[in-house]
Amino acid sequence: MQIKDIVQEKKQQNIQILKEYLESFKNRSRAESNLLTILHKVQELFGYLDKEAIEEVATIIQVPLSHIWGVATFYHYFKLKKPGKHIISVCLGTACYIKGADEIVAKLKEELKTDLGGVSEDGLFSFEEARCLGACSLAPVVMIDDKIYGNLTPQMIPQIIKEYKRKHKE
Amino acid sequence: MTTPIEILKKKKQEAIDRIYNKTYFSDKVIYVGMASCEIAAGAKEVMEIFKDAVKKGQITTYVTQRGCVGMCSVEPTVDIVEKGKMHTRYIKVTPDVAKRIIEEHIKKGQIVKENVYFGSKQKSIVICRGAFCLNQKTEDVIEEIEKEIKQRNLQDKVELCFSSCIDLCDEGPIVIVYPENRIYTNVKVEDVKLIIEQDIINSKQAEGVNVLQNGYFKFIKILGDYKNFKRQKRIVLRNCGIIDPENIDEYLLVRGYEALAKVLTYMTPKQVIEEIKKSGLRGRGGAGFPTGVKWEITSKEISDEKFVICNSDEGDPGAFMDRSTIEGDPHSIIEGMIIGGYAIGSSKGIVYIRAEYPLAVERIKKAIEQAKKEGFLGENILGSNFSFDIEIRLGAGAFVCGEETALIHSIEGHRGMPRPRPPYPSIQGLFNKPTLINNVETWANIPFIIISSAELFNKIGTKTSKGTKVFALAGKIKNTGLVEVPMGIKLREIVDEIGGGIIEDKKFKALQTGGPSGGCLAEEHLDTEVDYESLTSVGSIMGSGGMIVIDEDSCMVAVAKFFLEFTQNESCGKCTPCREGTKRMLEILTRITEGKGQEGDIEKLERLGNMIKKSSLCGLGQSAPNPVLSTTKNFKDEYVEHIRDKKCRAKFCTNLLTYEIKENCIGCGACKKVCPVEAISGSPKQIHKIKQDICIKCGGCWRVCKFDAISRN
Repeated sequence: MQIKDIVQEKKQQNIQILKEYLESFKNRSRAESNLLTILHKVQELFGYLDKEAIEEVATIIQVPLSHIWGVATFYHYFKLKKPGKHIISVCLGTACYIKGADEIVAKLKEELKTDLGGVSEDGLFSFEEARCLGACSLAPVVMIDDKIYGNLTPQMIPQIIKEYKRKHKE
Repeated sequence: MTTPIEILKKKKQEAIDRIYNKTYFSDKVIYVGMASCEIAAGAKEVMEIFKDAVKKGQITTYVTQRGCVGMCSVEPTVDIVEKGKMHTRYIKVTPDVAKRIIEEHIKKGQIVKENVYFGSKQKSIVICRGAFCLNQKTEDVIEEIEKEIKQRNLQDKVELCFSSCIDLCDEGPIVIVYPENRIYTNVKVEDVKLIIEQDIINSKQAEGVNVLQNGYFKFIKILGDYKNFKRQKRIVLRNCGIIDPENIDEYLLVRGYEALAKVLTYMTPKQVIEEIKKSGLRGRGGAGFPTGVKWEITSKEISDEKFVICNSDEGDPGAFMDRSTIEGDPHSIIEGMIIGGYAIGSSKGIVYIRAEYPLAVERIKKAIEQAKKEGFLGENILGSNFSFDIEIRLGAGAFVCGEETALIHSIEGHRGMPRPRPPYPSIQGLFNKPTLINNVETWANIPFIIISSAELFNKIGTKTSKGTKVFALAGKIKNTGLVEVPMGIKLREIVDEIGGGIIEDKKFKALQTGGPSGGCLAEEHLDTEVDYESLTSVGSIMGSGGMIVIDEDSCMVAVAKFFLEFTQNESCGKCTPCREGTKRMLEILTRITEGKGQEGDIEKLERLGNMIKKSSLCGLGQSAPNPVLSTTKNFKDEYVEHIRDKKCRAKFCTNLLTYEIKENCIGCGACKKVCPVEAISGSPKQIHKIKQDICIKCGGCWRVCKFDAISRN
């Protein structure tokens, strides 16, 4: 079986899981009020708001597609594009800003060759901004997946990125 | 019939038994701080090392977790409690330090001196300063002890610390002497001398003072030391950093759900509302509306369905009070909400919380499950005929959802946009039903007010602002972290005494309170009291509790621009003043920081800002110009310098900088190599020159020069 087929099969499995999940909302009163909860579930399953999955949501919950996309695009948390394998979030909260987050962003841009909001060409990294990660005492901070890197300087960035790339090759 | 109070008593006893039976409190306990911030600093790895040592049988110690005690700058923190020994706290615990603690402290009883925070002296005096008996008698005893220690020069021998509530509230003030763990009860000011002379100096039980005789040491947990906690008063954070937030038994131990039982047994909904009104509590989300009045209005509405909402959509950059409170003590919020539901006649609560706070979400989820299992939530709570349930709804990263009507739309499954008020949510809220919305901190105050009386709460604070306020201290300050202070404290006391002053001893420039909705205060405002009205009068707001210290290295125009960028980005776009007005303001600020500012820009900003404040639909727009208006007022010089002289005194706005090579250049050529636009010329060993019209002001040359031969002005 080719990789493409495996990906496709996995997706169909997730669609099935989603369908079962959606059934549980069907007969509830005010089912449509759970839209955000459902979108969170879609993102959890697919990593982003997959188009096919959203169409399922519209059909089963009986909410217009236009309404769903209207809601989805309003909130920053929902991803509309397929993300990279690792998510790099640069904290742009006040404390990090004061302590030089802009230099960290510049260095990351250079390393990943993409702007904030983009995905690196090799598909390995999503480059995102975070409002405040709440680790202000470690400012400036960057979060890669669940790991926090604190007290950063631009010089430290290449090594960190390299480490992830190396791990991935293995 | 058994009353709710009796049922609770039974449950509490069961909890205590469970704690003992599970050898939960063995003779040695290790507490690792496990809140998001501690985990970010490496607490998980530290926890693993301790757990691993237990698993391998190297040590026989009970290892458990607690929430955030608020000492962010020195995390991760680890506490060691042992029978007959000093209660010790370690700070900045790396995996290596954790290994040393196991080898040296746990196994051999030697303190790891490099990382100890308290507990390394011969003796320590611990005073119970639990929230429920925040009384003057205790404060007098503390003062007397401090005086005696100073007079007798005992500073090197003994240290003074505070503990959280040890549930001996009828016998306070309580003074505990370590390492003997002698608990003196009903201590009077004149007893202090006896304790110091006999116990501290001669290590004998002080005669003439009441002593409690039993092994009660297990419930005593130290909050912090005298120096950093003297000015704090912990009501909201009463259990944060004390209990294991994932274990309801520990919450029961610290008088948890007692307020709920009291309400269900003795009080009518009307009496509850009266009590909250009497306390003078005002909404802690920022606006400061009297909580009791809000409850009363909602209770008077007649409807088949009412809702109670906890607003945990803490979106201010630089603020983490609500996250820490939920992570450290989720049950206090749940208890507050149940009481709110009882008071207004609602059976359904919703916690709206940011999806960006995964640990807080997990902990409140767990807490709700436990509360359901123990019968504090669900049908017929504690045998009464009152039923209440709580559901969690996740936000999705929209700052405007902190506004109550936007939040309601978000829960209903719509775009989180505000609507005009009135009707207020108290009358027409979620699904058009009467809805009571309060913020996390407000809810956490409720159980305290019910247990220890509205009068006590009302005594704390200023004329118009009662109780305490939690602040998240961040920025260029030594002790960053979470602090809770009584209303009426001066800002200077927070910055200098609790915060420890500016890092690297730089010069203080500004204090930003209230996040993007607040303002920047200058040095001369530091004597302002923390109070809703006082802060507003100097151009800022109380806000939800973000407090950021800014030093001379930051440019105030750029800071204002940063906050405006945030609100501009978060503006939902519904009303024109906010959507368009903030954009125009941002354009003006951007050109000022780029050196293209024009005469009259300041006046334009002020006119536009005041117009947006007056005409925006919701709180976001009405407060968005505050950071700009407060800086044009308090830091006008900097704006003028940017516009007229094209200079940035903080050397932050790159476009306003000029790089020049000085006489002492030795012509090494390092700058020439690094310049990306080839603006530097010069032969080897000759003084180089920067062509100003080509220079893009990246600062590369300045950074690379080893001879300090490049000036940056």
